[in-house]
Amino acid sequence: MDLYEYQARDLFAKHGVPVLDGAVADTAEQQAREIAERFGGHVVVKAQVKVGGRGKAGGVKLASDPADAAEKAGQILGMDIKGHTVHRVLIAQSAEIAEEYYVSFLLDRSNRTFLAMASVEGGVEIEVVAATKPEALARIPISAIEGVDEAKAREIAQAAKFPAELIDPIAHVLVKLWEVFTTEDATLVEVNPLVKTKDGKVLALDGKVTLDDNAEFRQADHAALEDSASADPLEAKAKALNLNYVKLDGEVGIIGNGAGLVMSTLDVVAYAGEKHGVKPANFLDIGGGASAEVMANGLSVVLGDADVRSVFVNVFGGITACDAVADGIVAALKILGAEATKPLVVRLDGNNVVEGRRILTEAAHPLVTLVDTMDDAAAKAAELAAVGA
Amino acid sequence: MAIFLNENSKVIVQGMTGSEGMKHTPRMLRAGTTVVGGVNPRKAGQKVDFDGSSLPVFGTVADAMAETGADTTVIFVPPAFAKSAMLEAIDAGIGLAVVITEGIPVHDSATAWAHAVATGNKTRVIGPNCPGIASPGKSNAGIIPADITGPGSIGLVSKSGTLTYQMMYELRDIGFSTAVGIGGDPVIGTTHIDALQAFEDDPETSAIVMIGEIGGDAEERAAAYIKEHITKPVVGYVAGFTAPEGKTMGHAGAIVSGSSGTAQAKKDALEAAGVTVGKTPSETARLLRDRVK
Repeated sequence: MDLYEYQARDLFAKHGVPVLDGAVADTAEQQAREIAERFGGHVVVKAQVKVGGRGKAGGVKLASDPADAAEKAGQILGMDIKGHTVHRVLIAQSAEIAEEYYVSFLLDRSNRTFLAMASVEGGVEIEVVAATKPEALARIPISAIEGVDEAKAREIAQAAKFPAELIDPIAHVLVKLWEVFTTEDATLVEVNPLVKTKDGKVLALDGKVTLDDNAEFRQADHAALEDSASADPLEAKAKALNLNYVKLDGEVGIIGNGAGLVMSTLDVVAYAGEKHGVKPANFLDIGGGASAEVMANGLSVVLGDADVRSVFVNVFGGITACDAVADGIVAALKILGAEATKPLVVRLDGNNVVEGRRILTEAAHPLVTLVDTMDDAAAKAAELAAVGA
Repeated sequence: MAIFLNENSKVIVQGMTGSEGMKHTPRMLRAGTTVVGGVNPRKAGQKVDFDGSSLPVFGTVADAMAETGADTTVIFVPPAFAKSAMLEAIDAGIGLAVVITEGIPVHDSATAWAHAVATGNKTRVIGPNCPGIASPGKSNAGIIPADITGPGSIGLVSKSGTLTYQMMYELRDIGFSTAVGIGGDPVIGTTHIDALQAFEDDPETSAIVMIGEIGGDAEERAAAYIKEHITKPVVGYVAGFTAPEGKTMGHAGAIVSGSSGTAQAKKDALEAAGVTVGKTPSETARLLRDRVK
């Protein structure tokens, strides 16, 4: 889960990373004005969107007094930044910036370890620094066992060539930031910019945090950080039903078992759909057990997408037997009744496939077409979606 | 021969008495796997019956190894306990640890991997979040269905479980030396490269299928390795061309971040290394047939 800047700021503050005071507002007049008053009037108003480049898009503005803050908040709220609507603004104290730096900790997948990155060239996209001036970006591998202590933190600060007088304060920030990274089960903590103010303080002015969804079982506070209001309603419904669903922009609904097979199904449908002008509408992995209930829930979510005109159910019976899957489909269609209105193309293969196909053939449900291979089934589903237009 | 797992492998199950262990241990036994016991500190000394086989439960991996000569462990414990299970297996110095558990926090997997490296890589870790490894006709450690196909000359390495089964099914007439599911997590033990290297050295393997998916750069690295070191025919398949940027597609590691980790980049890298890459699983199977004709 990627956090908003204000959520990252809160986590930084919780772990002692120095940040400026700030609070979040979703209305201009009331909240924004009050927050600005609380922080002495001279504030910065920042759009809260999970996408870069908001400054250039006009999503960050300085305000000189509470009335100005309310006005700027009013301009920014509701703004569209690269397809993201701004629902909240962070109103923070402004700082007199002398220098802008960059620091981060992240998971280094390639090397199966963690990585510290630091640069005295902050305030711009770090990918740009990495591409144009790689020597300005220090990369220090971090052992998952040893972590980051003061000595390691100083090593990072020195590798990035921070000025001598800043090595200790930056190292202090790095130790605190590492605490955020480990105790919060993050896969990325990034501060950009980390600034030196004109009065010599080191502050985290903007941050990005990605949390590991797999750690939810031991991070009870993290569920509250989820922005369910901005989530796609079908994705929210699927999540509540414990289904692994991603909404896409297409017409062929997809249900399958296993993440790899479902990704593959999307691709095969996309190829087959080219000549019909249709695309896959979603990713939905129903996992190992395809019980009637799981199948009914899955179909209900997929058919809840108004753009869907056909559904491709692609199951390989590994541990799950195809007859159980076929029973699940038949029972799910009974449960859904009149809710099921779109044609279903079903492809079953693997464990007990003969029996599975027999069950579907005998049920002879008017919406169900049984196709033997994945490629042919994808073609059929695409064709039906095109016809249903 | 097969790779990593063969008819001589002696397998224990960490979490044998849990629901997944109780479900899959008898399946492994029926597949011909020599399962010699389980591990659960709270149930040490007990026995568990599976269709006539009575398997002892040991308190630790080390005890199980000392008593049975086990050289392979399959880990089914829930995510919250997986790190300590992995560390225990590594500390006991068991040769192969197959981690089936899905949903392990990446800080835990990274710690376990760092520990394996720090202690001299005595334990080969497969997974986490993987279906395991099957050498048909010899042994099966994990949850790969044993009845899809029999022994043969194809080696398969894959990030995905069901795509592994699909590919084994498509090529069931030729059969497999070993199929390794390396898992869909961002940090895994055995990589595509490890399996490719082992298949290259395995006289029973005459051709290799490599299945990848979006996320990370494992496929690109494998492509570079293939170009330098692999002489056997390799065909590839990559899933996730239609995956949007920034969305996790089922597997924790299956995510396109910015412009990195795309299926297209992986396909391009593999093709540049001389690997023929199929557009669909069935086309990939056809390409393999063409290469082994």
